[in-house]
Amino acid sequence: MTATQIPSPRSGSTIAPQYRRTGSSRGNFEMLAWLFMRLSGVVLVVLIFGHLFVNLLVGEGIHAIDFGFVAGKWADPFWQFWDLAMLWLAMLHGTNGVRTIINDYAEKDATRFWLKMVLYAAAAVIIILGTLVIFTFNPCPVVDGVQLPGGFCPA
Amino acid sequence: MSAELAEPASKIELPAHVGGGGEIPTFDITLRVRRYDPEVSEEARWDDFKLTMYGTDRVLDALHKIKWEVDGSVSFRRSCAHGVCGSDAMRINGRNRLACKTLLKDLDTTKPITVEPIKGLPVEKDLIVDMEPFFQSFREVMPFLINRGHEPTKERLQSAEDRERFDDTTKCILCAACTSSCPVFWTDGQYFGPAAIVNAHRFIFDSRDDAGDMRLEILNDKEGVWRCRTTFNCSEACPRGIQVTQAIAEVKQAILARKI
Repeated sequence: MTATQIPSPRSGSTIAPQYRRTGSSRGNFEMLAWLFMRLSGVVLVVLIFGHLFVNLLVGEGIHAIDFGFVAGKWADPFWQFWDLAMLWLAMLHGTNGVRTIINDYAEKDATRFWLKMVLYAAAAVIIILGTLVIFTFNPCPVVDGVQLPGGFCPA
Repeated sequence: MSAELAEPASKIELPAHVGGGGEIPTFDITLRVRRYDPEVSEEARWDDFKLTMYGTDRVLDALHKIKWEVDGSVSFRRSCAHGVCGSDAMRINGRNRLACKTLLKDLDTTKPITVEPIKGLPVEKDLIVDMEPFFQSFREVMPFLINRGHEPTKERLQSAEDRERFDDTTKCILCAACTSSCPVFWTDGQYFGPAAIVNAHRFIFDSRDDAGDMRLEILNDKEGVWRCRTTFNCSEACPRGIQVTQAIAEVKQAILARKI
């Protein structure tokens, strides 16, 4: 009778390959991302409800909103900073949220990688474009020597 | 040896309408068991078993009845059968439960009761899964006392308050009901899982242990505590009633407090 070979129950090599953790990351990125989500969430609540209150409730409320209203707000560095903070925090908060969803639900590494690349590209475009709009906004654009219709710009 | 061993006559006269002592109501159930046998077919299937069970019976008793009287090929793990060893965690009506702690009368017996293996671990046969990835994560958090002080001549003393700090997480029986109920673990099996974090918590907050920092560093991994999404599936699944999600949150806070 040949001796039956029973593998050692504690040998790590018996683990199915898909469960083996590869390349342990000992950085703090995930911790900082987790902390950022909580802190930015609290700040965003203040920023967004402040934004809604000023735009929709103060003075004439929603009826006052037009091109001129936005132009007037962006002439003030305070509102430039407010909107910039809102843009960056909301975009980073949302991007990180979708990143965790992709990590949780994408099953293949390649799918995960490409979904995240699309996400980062979209986020980068919106953040850069939004930042440029806030700082280079011109309420009285002149195209080919002709002033665009507005009515509130000095002639 | 042919003497009849008759039941001794009862010393109490019972009126006829009381009936026999210990008469328990019976009911019919359908147990729908997830079957998988790679030696027969790569496809898993459902098998229905119609059984007459008693009001005191548990899901495990129904499985025993099937295995012992109906179909001996049905395979499942169980050891103590009394909720202590943690061998018979399975998915009963879509929830992770111990078969030995789930009474049939507490389930909806008008519909078939589904019994499946726990999710997220490779199924080996029927209700038996490969627990090795689960235990690997458990081993990685070093679930044993590490003390760098001098070896004491008697037991290591601890105040009642210090003992209370980690009392909840000492109750774990490693049944894997929590880890296999976690949607993050289902995706790719990379996450350490609630059970490993609970057992790390048990030593991180033990005043006699000196390796808390090492365990916190291990769980600061990208597959560590930060993958927890606080869905509370683990707390709901734990047959010992451990507040698993809270234990994970405490480990998160301990890592933050240490880094900042």
